[in-house]
Amino acid sequence: MKLRILAALLRKEIILMRHNPLMPKVIFMMPLMVMLIIPLVANLDVKNVNIAVVDNDMSQLSRRIIADINAAEELSVIHVSQSHSAAMTEIENGNADVLLTIPFNYAVNFASASGKASVDVEANGVNATKGLLGARYVTESVAATLSAFSSETGISLPNASSSIIYRYNPTLDFKNYMIPALMVVLLIIICGFLPALNLVSEKETGTIEAMNVTPVSRTIFVLSKLIPFWVIAIIVVTIGILIGRFVYGLAPAGNIGAIYLAAILFSLTMSGLGLTIANSSSTMLQTIFVMFAFIMIFQLMGGLFTPIASMPSWAQLITYIIPPRYFIEIMRSVYLKGASIIELWQQYSALAIFAIGLLSISAVTYKKRS
Amino acid sequence: MNSVVNIKNLSHSYGSTVALDNVSIEVERGEMFGIIGPDGAGKSTLYRILATLLKPDRGEVFVSGLNAVTDYKKIRTKIGYMPERFSLYQDMTVNENLKFYASLFGVSVKENYDLIAPVFSQLERFPNRRASALSGGMKQKLALSCALIHRPEILLLDEPTTGVDAVSRSEFWDMLSQLRKSGITILVSTSYMDEATRCERIAMINKGKILDTNTPANLVANLNENLYSASADDMFCLLNRLRTTSGVKNCYTFGATLHVVADNSFDPDKVSAQLTTDGLKNVKIYRTKGDIEDLFIKLTHDG
Repeated sequence: MKLRILAALLRKEIILMRHNPLMPKVIFMMPLMVMLIIPLVANLDVKNVNIAVVDNDMSQLSRRIIADINAAEELSVIHVSQSHSAAMTEIENGNADVLLTIPFNYAVNFASASGKASVDVEANGVNATKGLLGARYVTESVAATLSAFSSETGISLPNASSSIIYRYNPTLDFKNYMIPALMVVLLIIICGFLPALNLVSEKETGTIEAMNVTPVSRTIFVLSKLIPFWVIAIIVVTIGILIGRFVYGLAPAGNIGAIYLAAILFSLTMSGLGLTIANSSSTMLQTIFVMFAFIMIFQLMGGLFTPIASMPSWAQLITYIIPPRYFIEIMRSVYLKGASIIELWQQYSALAIFAIGLLSISAVTYKKRS
Repeated sequence: MNSVVNIKNLSHSYGSTVALDNVSIEVERGEMFGIIGPDGAGKSTLYRILATLLKPDRGEVFVSGLNAVTDYKKIRTKIGYMPERFSLYQDMTVNENLKFYASLFGVSVKENYDLIAPVFSQLERFPNRRASALSGGMKQKLALSCALIHRPEILLLDEPTTGVDAVSRSEFWDMLSQLRKSGITILVSTSYMDEATRCERIAMINKGKILDTNTPANLVANLNENLYSASADDMFCLLNRLRTTSGVKNCYTFGATLHVVADNSFDPDKVSAQLTTDGLKNVKIYRTKGDIEDLFIKLTHDG
């Protein structure tokens, strides 16, 4: 009997979705657009850093340093002079991002191996990411030139040079960082908003009134609002995995089942939260606004765009109660490091607790009578 | 005791606003019972309590012998509730809506079709039309069909004819009379006084209080006051003059004429002669029989 009622309610949801001219299209177009466009545009890789050089040394070494910088893929030298103020003007006008100063007698001091030979790097800090990375690229380029120069000329360097290898994302491709995160964003939006708005729209049109006088139990009714969106969540994750694999060439390093399990737990969590909010609001506007407040915090504090480890310690404590934190950790670990469910048992348990908790609250707060 | 709805000393408030004040009503099985009152009288609150959507503050409510506070789950299978606002799925077709409500109660449309046939027959012509594309009268018929599909013992209709044209209204009441023959108890509320006479008994409600409960005929018979009809060319002037005439208790427009409630000192001939000499033309004042509307105005005026 209960199953028959649930089946009738689900059939109704499908009919309503089929009769809706806009929603099904949006539900499937949005993940496609997000996955196809955002990894290409939302990119923290810094390219085309412009360098102004003040070359006071005018030696063979200094010219080689400049030539090597210009040859680097991300860097281009747009200004070489012997005037610091002229180079600074290029920075001020926004033409150059990084200013490199090679002092007088640099090559001579370097050859004497006194260890006092150093170049100055100044970066425009207005665009913090570009300045930081640009300065580092320049420093690395100079170090590489000096290293090559010293081995050719037999001058021993005062400090041993270092080399860096980026594990799990060897090319430091930002897309590999973004694709798992974008799938998290899609699930936050789809599972957070859609079931909640669906429920509130029944309140606004008054259909919930006729529903509440039927013998349908609230658990069944709440389930009928959630199941369609869980199915959609699975489809969206599948779309995301396929686009990641065939468009960007990023296949999960770990088990695909681990990704689906996390996605299901996270969908339950978000839809439970959405319904809880919908239960306490009477209009769509209220629901959207409250849900949006949560989603803002989830996206900015869940470690999607900025690492949790770089937050102040009090903020890091808060992130433990933000469900996406665990989902993001799972997605990145499974996708890039190939971690298994057993290794991530803490994150999975946390998501499971959130899912059970929020779903229970949403069923309990749904009141058939006032 | 054969009462199918039994309300005893029911009170309910929203904050400081009193919606129902010590209401007691008994409805017999198979009766067509009307609840008549103006907007804001408390009719919808009463319905929401009967439909188990609202817990009352005080008092006892029994529906089909079941307590509306504790046994509300059982009551929900026995009532068919049609809220004031159209509450079917606008984006579903006529047939989809009907089938959906049938399956929620675990019945098939076929087995109960005989009950809804008089209501639903007119909708059969367009089974695949969306509910949103139906006219007001057709929407009411669909809503009534959906409320009936599980063969309820009691039908709760909250202002079913509001916003429906006069012909459809009359048709709707004909359908209700037919339904009553199959033994369903019908509780119907309305703010149209002319519809009240089609009920067997009515309760008049105003400002949350039941003013009187009786058959329409008995209620009108209780109008033991001197009631007159008055008319003249200049109706507005007539109304103002009559209201200030001594012996007149109340004067109000009633269709194309005025109704005057007066005491024994009121002499219609004298008053009409006086008004004619004062310049009013075609003054006519004569005794008339009151109806439900006069009763209602009297009750609210006295209250």
